[in-house]
Amino acid sequence: MELYNCSLEELWQRLEKGEISALEVTRSVLGRITDVDGTIAAYLEIDEQGALAQAEAADERRRKGDEITPVTGIPLGLKDLLSTRGLKTTCASRMLADYRPEYDATVVARLREAGAVITGKLNMDEFAMGSSTENSFFKPTCNPWDLKRVSGGSSGGSTAAVAAATAIATLGSDTGGSIRQPASFCGVVGLKPTYGRVSRYGLVAFASSLDQIGPVTLTVADAALLLGVIAGHDERDSTSVDRPVPDYYSGLKNAIKGLKIGVPTEYFGVGLDPEVEAAVRLGCRQLETTGAQFKDVSLPHTDYAVATYYLLATAEASSNLARYDGVKYGFRADNADGLIDMYRKTRAQGFGDEVKRRIMLGTYALSAGYYDAYYRKAQQVRTLITRDFDKVFNGCDVLVAPVCPTPAFAFGEKVDDPLSMYLSDILTIPVNLAGLPALSVPCGFTEAGLPIGLQIIAKPFAEETLLQVAWHYEQLAGWSGQRPQLAGEAV
Amino acid sequence: MDYEIVIGLEVHCQLLTETKIFCGCSTHFGNPPNQNSCPVCTGMPGALPVLNRKVVDFAVRAGLATACQITPHSVFARKNYFYPDLPKGYQISQFELPICVGGYLDIEVEGENQRIGITRIHMEEDAGKLVHPEADHGVSYVDYNRACVPLIEIVSEPDMRSSAEAVAYLKALRDIVVYLEICDGNMEEGSFRCDANISLRRWGAPEFGIRSELKNMNSFRNVQRAIEYEVERQRDILDAGGRVVQETRLWNVDRGISMSMRGKEEAHDYRYFPDPDLLPVVVDEAWVESVQQNLPELPAAKRRRIVDDYAIPVADAEVLTADRAMADYFEAVVKHFAQPKAVANWIMAELMRFLNDDRISITQCLITPQGLAELLSLIEAGTISGKIGKQVFSQMYSAGNNDPGRLVEEQGLAQMSDVGELATLVDDVVEAHDGKVKEYQQGKVKLFGFFVGQVMKKTKGQANPQMVNRLLKEKIG
Repeated sequence: MELYNCSLEELWQRLEKGEISALEVTRSVLGRITDVDGTIAAYLEIDEQGALAQAEAADERRRKGDEITPVTGIPLGLKDLLSTRGLKTTCASRMLADYRPEYDATVVARLREAGAVITGKLNMDEFAMGSSTENSFFKPTCNPWDLKRVSGGSSGGSTAAVAAATAIATLGSDTGGSIRQPASFCGVVGLKPTYGRVSRYGLVAFASSLDQIGPVTLTVADAALLLGVIAGHDERDSTSVDRPVPDYYSGLKNAIKGLKIGVPTEYFGVGLDPEVEAAVRLGCRQLETTGAQFKDVSLPHTDYAVATYYLLATAEASSNLARYDGVKYGFRADNADGLIDMYRKTRAQGFGDEVKRRIMLGTYALSAGYYDAYYRKAQQVRTLITRDFDKVFNGCDVLVAPVCPTPAFAFGEKVDDPLSMYLSDILTIPVNLAGLPALSVPCGFTEAGLPIGLQIIAKPFAEETLLQVAWHYEQLAGWSGQRPQLAGEAV
Repeated sequence: MDYEIVIGLEVHCQLLTETKIFCGCSTHFGNPPNQNSCPVCTGMPGALPVLNRKVVDFAVRAGLATACQITPHSVFARKNYFYPDLPKGYQISQFELPICVGGYLDIEVEGENQRIGITRIHMEEDAGKLVHPEADHGVSYVDYNRACVPLIEIVSEPDMRSSAEAVAYLKALRDIVVYLEICDGNMEEGSFRCDANISLRRWGAPEFGIRSELKNMNSFRNVQRAIEYEVERQRDILDAGGRVVQETRLWNVDRGISMSMRGKEEAHDYRYFPDPDLLPVVVDEAWVESVQQNLPELPAAKRRRIVDDYAIPVADAEVLTADRAMADYFEAVVKHFAQPKAVANWIMAELMRFLNDDRISITQCLITPQGLAELLSLIEAGTISGKIGKQVFSQMYSAGNNDPGRLVEEQGLAQMSDVGELATLVDDVVEAHDGKVKEYQQGKVKLFGFFVGQVMKKTKGQANPQMVNRLLKEKIG
């Protein structure tokens, strides 16, 4: 098997045994990028020189007997909203098209310290606003399973790269489903950790109270390995939580017998694609064979989640994106007549339509006279949604549900209908509002050959349990690790 | 018509922390532009604020010193507006739940005590500074050294009824923050700045009138002038049957007038909301208690105590306590030389003059309290005259010499108090000027000083003046 097709876990073990070098792995992945990224368009920037140098450094580290981590010498890609020193960080926006940060995000610094190889920066919806990666200023990313379809969003570049084997694993960010939904569309594993588990320092903010960085990988074991490297307290992020990081990987195989699994009835409602429902129900039956007990549970405020989310997330975004004003860095419009006109033209030309739509929504929600009716009310509903989860978690350990009501949709299908695009996040948004950890693990394919994802949701900081359940499911179901057939590839 | 003047003040104090409120950058003033900056205080994408606990400590100090309640869970909020000196497009401040609420400050104006309510004190970050060099036509620069420097804003109730009350409140507040060592109180440099809300209403009217907000007053004198100007301006409008417009006005120091900056329609909607990047600030009772216990004696209390303990005039106590270090110095001198009034006189007449001339503070003074006490003891004991004392003082001050006894000895400055020696000198002077003695004895009494001067001249000023006076009187009547 080509090295680029291997899981992180396998490469780690083979590197440990000295069978392969980081340079070989990196060359293999860089070759793969050259071969197929023209078709997939997952990358915005490929750092070939940097990657090769980091691979050599990783091999040197091993030769010298220095500390080795599971990601030492492993080629990883980063969503292009993670700040990388000297390497462009565009957020897929015209606004930051030429912006090169002077500092590394904490997760990037941790990966560098751990000896990872960074292949480059991955496409996304502009400023993480979108569910299809069609909102990228630069280009859309194709779904490796069907090039006419979207890879999902906003971390569509991160999930497409893993599916197309142009990175061994990647990091994405999830504000309302932006890791899980594209992971389900691309047939890979995507984990959104508990809010506060991973530092947000250097993650370009969309909605600060919801954003969380997480791993996108081929398998659950890979997600456990990568999460172990990036998780943990960071004094630069006041919202990161100071609690020990367990060894997620070694706990994976612990038996889950007697586990109580809840199935939220509201997540199987109108609009759920029958093929998706069938795959998820099958997944539940497979999990039952491990001795886990299933029961139906209710999350009564689910219907309000999308409205709540689009008030809170846009309110925060309207403020977070105020810094892009043409003064300090990034795009500045030409031919401005004075300061106000410079602001106006810069922001009119620098942001895409979806970003401007959300800035306007959020500005409105925070305006004098509307704050109580919108922002404050939404915060109250957020509390109710969180309490829904608290209640059901009194009686069960994890919840199982679909990730997205449908499989990957076609390009252009929803771009002119923002509301239907927003509604596709209905099953992932409540998790962000409640700050819970959740993941998407492959659970089959539609007849048309499109991947389907199973969502598992756990209690705050119960990533260990989450990963255990997902690992056992993966062993039983065997969907993970499958690769799409790309044009020009030998069958 | 006669109106009641209603004034409320908003005071911004730049806090004397070593580092900024949300990052580790230095707050040192005067560094080259943008040297004190990092991704956080320049608003780089993805950078996050982390609260400097010292700022909370300072804000709690200010709150306790002004009888405020300390909010156990206070919240930082974003104040959203666009300006190039504001790197994030919002200022991190506090809105619904400020750190301190509901205090007061007692002031005295024309012998009457007034209690001015303090609505709230909140913490926030300062903005950067725009630079418009004349050489670069139309190009402006931004210096972010000041961005993210910690401030507290102290908001009063509309309790002041005259410009004199406003200035008294402002002075009392400045004394307090300087005593607390949380702010240097410098109005000219802007580390202690004040905005005034002013309105007029007919006597007895239940509602406040429409107010204007005055900005850009960088001295106590300008606060007074600007308020008086504004009161007259509003009075003229009201007398003419007009309506005051709610607006923000800028005081122009050079022209002595205020001008409209923006009206109510152009007022910003700041769209405050809790900053999701920061956790609520939790100040528990133990924290409040520890700050309380470490509070210094405040200016008003110190003034009262100094008047009571040392029996010196209120006016002297006010001068001595204007600066906490000066008050400490005074008390230290008195500890070694127990004549408070004499000590106060020397500090106010001599020491302060030297310090003012050199524009330095008492903390930089080279004369130790013990040194000054020793000098005063020498004068008291008659070893040197007051006049020689001033010479010695000057030497001590410039050289940092704190052994006046030795200075007097080395330079032979001790007073001549030997009766026999002085009597001989007096005889010599009288003999040498017999003509003038006659004139004196015929009634030209002013000449007495001339004889004293002659004796002093012969002794290079070291003769004991009282003894010379006595001996001369005995000799020539």
